[in-house]
This record gives sequence, structure tokens and C-alpha cells, in this order.
Amino acid sequence: MIAEKRDPLVRMVRRENISPAQALFIRAAALVCALLTGGLMILALGHNPFAVYADMIIGSLGTRTVLAETIRLAIPLLITALAISLAFKMSFWNIGGEGQILFGAVAASYFALFWADTLPRAPLLLIMAIAGALAGGLAGLLPALCKAKWDTNETLFTLMMNYIALCYIKYLQNGPWKDARLRGFPKIAMFEDIAKLPKLLGVHVGWIIALALAALVYLYLHHTKHGYEITVVGESPRTAKYAGMNVGRVIVRTMFLSGMLCGLTGFIQVAGADYTLTDSTAGGVGFTAITVAWLSKLNPAIMVFVSFAIAMLKKGANKIQTTFKIPASAADVLTGVLLFFMLGCEFFLTYRLVLRGGKERLDG
Amino acid sequence: MDKIINLLCAAVLAGTPLLLGTLGNILTSKAGNLNLGVEGMMFMGGVSGLMAAYCYEQWALAGQGASSGVTAALLSLGASFAAGGLGALIYAFLVVTLRANQNVTGLTLAIFGAGFANFFGEFMGIRAGGYVAVSQTVKNAFAGLRVSPLSDIPVLGRLLFQYNWVVYFALLAALLMAWFLGRTRMGLNLRAVGENPATADAAGINVTLYKYAATVIGGGVCGVGGMYMVMVTCSGVWVHNCVNGYGWLAVALVIFAAWSPLQALAASLIFGGLSVLRMYVSLGIPMQLYDMLPYAATVFVLVLTSLRQSRERSQPAGCGVNYFREDR
Repeated sequence: MIAEKRDPLVRMVRRENISPAQALFIRAAALVCALLTGGLMILALGHNPFAVYADMIIGSLGTRTVLAETIRLAIPLLITALAISLAFKMSFWNIGGEGQILFGAVAASYFALFWADTLPRAPLLLIMAIAGALAGGLAGLLPALCKAKWDTNETLFTLMMNYIALCYIKYLQNGPWKDARLRGFPKIAMFEDIAKLPKLLGVHVGWIIALALAALVYLYLHHTKHGYEITVVGESPRTAKYAGMNVGRVIVRTMFLSGMLCGLTGFIQVAGADYTLTDSTAGGVGFTAITVAWLSKLNPAIMVFVSFAIAMLKKGANKIQTTFKIPASAADVLTGVLLFFMLGCEFFLTYRLVLRGGKERLDG
Repeated sequence: MDKIINLLCAAVLAGTPLLLGTLGNILTSKAGNLNLGVEGMMFMGGVSGLMAAYCYEQWALAGQGASSGVTAALLSLGASFAAGGLGALIYAFLVVTLRANQNVTGLTLAIFGAGFANFFGEFMGIRAGGYVAVSQTVKNAFAGLRVSPLSDIPVLGRLLFQYNWVVYFALLAALLMAWFLGRTRMGLNLRAVGENPATADAAGINVTLYKYAATVIGGGVCGVGGMYMVMVTCSGVWVHNCVNGYGWLAVALVIFAAWSPLQALAASLIFGGLSVLRMYVSLGIPMQLYDMLPYAATVFVLVLTSLRQSRERSQPAGCGVNYFREDR
């Protein structure tokens, strides 16, 4: 038959269903492919991929010190990824995590710098946390309000807020908050000891907060009415409207929460990790968290592990920079490659390829 | 008066990478692909442009031959176009063939591109023992032109005839794109693909081919914008994170320019002006707040354009949605 000849070499057929084992296998294959691609790149640079990967693992898990360091990197990633997943679940592309972290950090730093000698430790830290969360929340609220009211492009709005926050911090560093004792260096003073987060098991208590938040966000998304509304709005705002939901209110409320979580991250970074406010307080976390959230399929439980894995990658990349003189930006390249493969493999979860003349099975 | 001319010239110079990024993204959007990865493609183009010029120079040096500025500039242009196109090709493959989410894929490209560029920029730096910088010959190839009778005309000569060649390249690209989209059959087909791929498909247009071609060429143009940032703005030295949000500004300018290459000229001139304003106009505010201006203005423009939405000034209807022939 002529039609038979015209069949393309490879056709795509939608799968009817896919077993969890099969899905896991496809994802694992994508992960292996990503690592292989990374390995090839390392090979092209003239290094032994196995040695480099092994060095990354030793450099991120090998000793108690580096393990604590890795966990410290994972904390902001996890909380910000939780924040971002709230928005992404709603198909609200919040890429302003970076800015919301910074606004939260500014508010928390204000209390740390100017109220440390008037308040005792516990209330001071509490006020810093609340101020950070509120400032981050407000930074998230602004684009959400415009989106709800006028359908303003939220992707660019939230993104521009990143740069606005960054310029604001640079202004604070050079002007009003400049540490006079540093003789001209545009830096903000280190916090007093009472404005620092206490440590537990070698890492600041941020890790407990992060794990608790992961559980809370999981419950919020999967077991509350609000969580259900977020999902419906994300799938189809029209359906949501038809079902009687106030779409605008869902957007504004969810983005406030998302911003609050980012702001809290800002507080944890300045009070737990850096003990001061700099223009690198957020340090790309807002962007890396997007990949964490997406790699976890917006599932908070998986996010705990993925954020740790990406933190390993970051910490390991620092190690290979010293051992092999491979720039630490390798972590960003590898994260990007990993996400490219994960995005690509989604296709094979919904479709399968049929070669010319192959039988079209319906069971997938 | 002199101050205004200085500001205008600086605005053109600062606006050129924005224009190239905007043009590239307009072409991509016209095919119905919303590529948020402009920043990443600019990064990739920037580092590759520098790498091409630098490697050529080292090669010429090793062969005792003198390096030619024109060759270096051409190689730089080609490499940056190819690298931007490569970034866009990854995006197009994931989005068009594998039907991945356009928003997330674009974001990933932005992150990947920045990592890619910083990685290779620093890698070259380590190899070169410190940092990478091109020689004066190559720098001169990217300096302002002097066309003797024209450039000497008072005022007009300075305003029109003394920029580096990339500025004229960008201007030409804008005019060419306006002509292509508005006046040719292929441009019409491309717009049909972006507005309604199903209809275009039914009319016999190869939707996949158009989407791939527009996205890859658009990415290449963005890559050239990145080359400008490295070779002209940073004068041929690799600076960590040198693109610094210009790619994102370009994405916003696409909306501001209402998907029109000619309006992109005006939009990028205005935003170029805003980004250099602090050197020319004193408003009595701290320097860091000046740097905030282009970003704050973008927010303002975004809100403003969303307030008065119209069909003519909105994005191609098929933008952001992947097309499946089987799903019709």
C-alpha cells in the first residue's frame, strides 16, 4: 500500500498508562545519561571522569566538616524550592526567589544590626524571622496583585525584582548601613552573637526549620482546600472560575506564602550562614531552587533529597576546583544538563516510539 | 547640547546588545516559542565569541604571523552566532520535538548558559594563567569606526557614523527582520505558525521546520548580543557574570516593543539610555539607585502594557503552547 510506504521511520504513540517501575527506569536512564554527558565533558577537558566524580563525593560527604557544609548549602535550596513549588504548582512562574530572599534578608538584618542591644536573644531572632518572612512575602505580593488584577507578566516582574533588590543592597552597603570601622570598605557589619542562629549537631538550626517546612508544605498542598485550589488554578484558571473559586485571591494568597518562605530563607542565610548581609547573600539560590523544584516534580518529600543532591554537586564542584583546577561553575553546567535530560525524559513517560512496521500495542 | 549628544551616543552603544537580544527573541516568539533563555544564549555567545578571537590570536602568534583584526572579528561573530544557536537548538529539541514545558526549559537554558559561560571563561583564564584578554589589534576591530568624511561632520558624524560595526550589524538585522516578517511569504508563514500552528499545518506549512529555524536563528542573534557584551562592553576581557541581566531585559523589551523589530529599535535605545544615565545626568540620588532604573522602568512598562492590552499589541496567540498534530 502507498500509505504504508509514507509512514515515517519513527512514530510517536501516546502511552495508555505506565507502571511506576517503568517510569522510575526511564528517569534513572535520564540520570545516567546526564552523568555520562558530564563525564564526556570532563574527559574532553583532559581529566578522568571517575576520579573527578569520586573527588566530588569525597569533597561533599567525606568528613563531618564537609558534610555539615553540604547540609548548610542544602537548607536555603530546600526552603526556596518549597516556596517556588507553591507558585509553580499554580502555573505562576515565580523566578524572583532571589529577590524575595534578599528583601527578607534586608528586613532581618535591620533588626540584627540595630536592635541587638535592646532585645534578648529569643525575641530578637523571632522578630528577625517574622520581619524577613513579611518582607519576602510583600515582595512576592506585588507581582501577584498585578497578575491578579491586570494579568501582568509575572515571570519578568518577579525577575526584575531580583535586580532591584540587589541594587538596593548595594546601596545599603555603600551608604546608610556601611560599617564605619572598616575604613572605606563598602561592607555591612557582622552581626552580634545574639543575632546568630544556634547550632544543633554541627549545623545551624535552619535544617530543622527546613524539614518542618517541607512536611508543612506537603500537607498544605495535598491535604487542604487551599492546596486543592492551587492545583486547579494551575491546571486551568477557567475551570477554577467555573467551580466558583476566586482565582485572584488564590494567586495573591499563594504568592504571599511563596514570598514568605523565600524571605525566611533570607533570614536563615544572614543569621545562620553568613552572619552579615552582602550582595551575594542569595548567591543564585533562587535560580538553583527552580531546578530543585522541577527535578522533584514539585513534590516536597522528593525535594528534601534533591536539594541535598544539588548541594553535594555545589560543594563537590568547589572541591574539584582545588584538586583539578576545574572551575566551580561546573556545578551549574551539570545542574543544567541534568535538568535538560529530566525535561526530555518526560516525553518518554507520555509517549513511546514505534519504528516503521512496528506493532501498535495499546498497553504501552 | 554636548551632554545630550554624549548621552545619545552612549545610549546607542549600551542599547545594542539589548536590541540584538530583543530581535532574536522576537523571531523566536513569532514562531510560537516563548524562550526565556535569552540570558543563557547571550552568555554562551559571549564566551564563544571571546574564545574564538582569543584562540585565533594564539594560533596566529604561534605561527609568527600577525593576527588580523577583521578575521578575529568575523570568527568571533560566527562563533557567537553558532553558540547562541546551539543553546536555542537544545531548547527547540526539548520544546518542539520532546514537547517539554516552554517556561521551565527556557529557565533551564538561562541557568545552563550562565554556568557554561562562566565555566569556560574561567577555564580559559586558568589556562592563560590569570585572566583572558585579547590584544589591542582585536580590541581595535571592535572600536568605533572612522569613515573619514562622514565621521567628521559636526554632530551628525558623531551621532551616526562613529560606532563599532556591531551597532550597524544590529541595525541592519532589525530592518531585515522587519522586512522579512512583514513583506515576504516566508515571514507570513512564520507568523501563521506562531499565531495558529494547526491552521498553518493544514495549509501545508512545515510547522516543525519553521519553529526550529526561527528559534535557532533567533538564538544566534541573541548570541551575537552576548558577543557585544564581552567584546565591546567589557573590551575583550572575560568578566564573571558579564551579561548581568541584559538578556532578561531583552525578554521584557520584546513586550515593550510589541513584537515589532522596528519598535525594538526605539525600546532598546531608551533602555540603553536608562542604563548609562548616571554618567550623564545627575538626579542627586546615590549611584546604586541609578543602576536600579532600567529594571524599575521595566516593571513600570510591564504593568502599563498589561493595563492597556490590545490585540495588535499582544504576543502571538500560539506563544507558550506546544503544538501536537495528534492532539487536534
